[in-house]
Amino acid sequence: MSTVLECRNVTKEFHVAGSKVVAVDDVSLEFTGGDVLAVVGESGSGKSTLARMLLRLMPVTSGTISFRGDDVTHLRGHALRNYWSEVQAVFQDPFASFNQFFPVGRLLRRSLALAEVDRDEADALIEECLGYVGLTPAQALHKYPHQLSGGQRQRIMLARALMMRPKVLLADEATSMLDATLRVNVLNVLHDLKDDLGLTVLFITHDIGQACYLADRVAVMEHGKVVERGTTDEVIFAPRGDYTKRLLADVPDLKGSLKRKV
Amino acid sequence: MSTAQAPTTVLARAVNVSAVYGGGDRDFTAVDRVSLELGEGEILGLAGESGCGKTTLGNSLAMIANPPLYVVEGTLDIDGERIDLTTLRGDGDLARQRKYRGGVVSMLPQGAMNAISPTLRVRNLVIDVMRAHDRSVTRDEALDRARDRLKMLEMPVRVLDSYPHQLSGGMKQRVITVVSTLLNPRLLIADEPTSALDVSSQRMLVEMLLAMVEQRIMSGVVFVTHDLPVLSQVSDRLAIMNAGRIVEMGPTEQLVHDAQHEYTRKLLSSVLDPTQETRSRGRNRRSHTGIGEGESL
Amino acid sequence: MSTPNVAVVDEQAAPRSNPFRSFNFTARFWVALVLVAFVLLLGLAGFLYPTASNDKVGSLYDAPGNGIPLGTDNFGHDVLAVLMAGTRTSLIIGLLAGVIATVIGVVVGLVAGFVGGWLEEFLMGVTNVVLAIPSIIVLILISISLPQSNLWSLAVVIGITSWPWTARAVRAQASSVATREHIDVARLSGARLPSILFRDVLPYILSYAVMAFVLQVSGAILAEAALSMLGLGPAGTDSLGTQLHWALAFQAVASGAWWAFLPPTIVLTLVSFGFLLLQASLDEVFNPRLRRGKRKQMKQTAARRLEQAQREQVQRGTPVAAAPGEGGNS
Repeated sequence: MSTVLECRNVTKEFHVAGSKVVAVDDVSLEFTGGDVLAVVGESGSGKSTLARMLLRLMPVTSGTISFRGDDVTHLRGHALRNYWSEVQAVFQDPFASFNQFFPVGRLLRRSLALAEVDRDEADALIEECLGYVGLTPAQALHKYPHQLSGGQRQRIMLARALMMRPKVLLADEATSMLDATLRVNVLNVLHDLKDDLGLTVLFITHDIGQACYLADRVAVMEHGKVVERGTTDEVIFAPRGDYTKRLLADVPDLKGSLKRKV
Repeated sequence: MSTAQAPTTVLARAVNVSAVYGGGDRDFTAVDRVSLELGEGEILGLAGESGCGKTTLGNSLAMIANPPLYVVEGTLDIDGERIDLTTLRGDGDLARQRKYRGGVVSMLPQGAMNAISPTLRVRNLVIDVMRAHDRSVTRDEALDRARDRLKMLEMPVRVLDSYPHQLSGGMKQRVITVVSTLLNPRLLIADEPTSALDVSSQRMLVEMLLAMVEQRIMSGVVFVTHDLPVLSQVSDRLAIMNAGRIVEMGPTEQLVHDAQHEYTRKLLSSVLDPTQETRSRGRNRRSHTGIGEGESL
Repeated sequence: MSTPNVAVVDEQAAPRSNPFRSFNFTARFWVALVLVAFVLLLGLAGFLYPTASNDKVGSLYDAPGNGIPLGTDNFGHDVLAVLMAGTRTSLIIGLLAGVIATVIGVVVGLVAGFVGGWLEEFLMGVTNVVLAIPSIIVLILISISLPQSNLWSLAVVIGITSWPWTARAVRAQASSVATREHIDVARLSGARLPSILFRDVLPYILSYAVMAFVLQVSGAILAEAALSMLGLGPAGTDSLGTQLHWALAFQAVASGAWWAFLPPTIVLTLVSFGFLLLQASLDEVFNPRLRRGKRKQMKQTAARRLEQAQREQVQRGTPVAAAPGEGGNS
């Protein structure tokens, strides 16, 4: 298994009202191809900031990010757009991810230029990608975002990400705003995509339970640092770090202890 | 099933509550003739997914439904009084409503912790809330009560001097919970109080709610949320809502282990906790089960 | 108390507010529209009015009467005819200047707010400089330095000095839109900056741009009036301002010839008030949260629903909740 995406000593500092906030602190992570890797952290852990830097939507303060061995830390313009045909993402808020003034089909067509597909193949590609997420063009293309359900919106976002046939798919809290019953479905889809398309999936979440269900490897972040990493079994069932242990202990247990007192 | 575990005293009983989103020729029934009962000292969990009507039911019970939402039928028996929850006339009896809201039934809306005015220190919020309910309360009285309450719940009194942005999410939520119960309501309706919090803050809030019920600050809580695991920790009884109706209701333990309704089972099976069972499910899942909505596992 | 036969409902489309349907036309809006329409019609009526604005129909300050509804001005022209022509001129200047100012303001605000960084600093610096200089002084200086002032030059001059306000408002909004997720998605889809600005940012600030435009037009009309009263107005054309200029020059107030200065003043007031009201009511139109709701309609709906509920209960033989107005404890 080779390393597909890697960050070394990545740090992000923000200057807010005269003081310095370190959101990501010297993080080094390797993502191996064909795996699902989860980055778990609570709010303020820096996981979303890290995600944005990996996506090159935000500049790093220091450190390097490499994709398949090439340094992508300071990409711009055409090279950056090439990067985005290899690394894509789905974000947390299905509604906010859309431009509410245009039908959904327009968003999908917009990616055509990036996918380097001409108009004839366009319809076929759109249909194929919608198919991966269980939708047909007739159901979706002409609709406006507000006419769709949250689950449908998120699935279209996934389809959009797949149009570029990326190697890496980053899901930043992509299931957090979905209802519980839908969540499992979407997680299953992500798993299927890994199997069928050989995607490397980066699953960013605050919910260690979802990571347990989906991921092969887990990294735990706290206050901008990676405090634990390993296979899912290692991290969740044999945690070494205190923070990980506390995190696991705080997760409310559905069937375990049903004593009224917590 | 219900009688064996029935609460000793009934604190409140809601009968046939219906609420409708109106306007134009299309009505949408958000809550469809729902009845429920809450015992003295009991925490009732109201669970369901988005759009099921649980928040609307909470708003109806707290009498804060606003147009275009109208409560078209329903009564609440509490403290020996039968209260008409309907808001057809829109204005209603303001003085009575003011006495009811906050004093008898208090609502802690979803996102309340982010809706606090950022220019107010917490102590000013306390004063505003208490005086809005009762003009005769003085500033000092209000602050004294707040201080006593904070000490009782083992929270730092200095939060009174803080601005909202100086407090963490978990602290803000606990503060706003304290503020919304300063008037010792008989019933607190909390709408998704834990949803925006980290698991450690969730735990602290839940522990605080249990302590508050134990210390009789309020006599009962309706805990509205989509998060079943949190409910299983804190609630005595659970009501599962779907499409404006309660599909199943009963003691928490019973529901979690032996759910009768198909929807309850579906909801329970979609809970993913960090256990070996979940891990196996993830590993052994049947691939290509399709993405049909309503698929059960 | 489970009811096994209650159907399980799949996730439906959550009733999100339709961005297109959220136009709510309030009473205030219609009043404002009527005022503005009146002024517009007044300007257009000049084409139908039999007398031209430069026909000599009487002598200095003839009182209204004899088929001349508003009397004559200092040149012996029909005041009403002059008023109509003047309104038209003022409106044209206002609209032109408004368009120029809004376009400049929106472009500057969009780019500054969205791109940020040093470009934003630079553009905002320029905006603040233009804003700080009292525009009337600039207008006077530019007008004096031009060989002859006509309708177009006046409109341009007013337009290029009044855009900062719009730029600031748009920049603040563009800045906030830039942080939204759909912008990230657009970038990830390979969209370039002009496309993002035009398609992903502009629609979100359009309501602000429209409101800014309304205010710019109103402001421009008043600015023109001010300049014209100082004698810097469009040469050879009548405008509301020039009417007032002549009224002042020929001491209409002292002679008691109210018909010479009152009509243009009233029209200017209507313009100012009407446009301002329009802008204020547009805020309600665009922003559904400020909506006051169609109360009566909803009450009828709710009453209908209650009736239906009562009918169903009667059928089932269960007690009926007290209806409002029939006693009960509400």
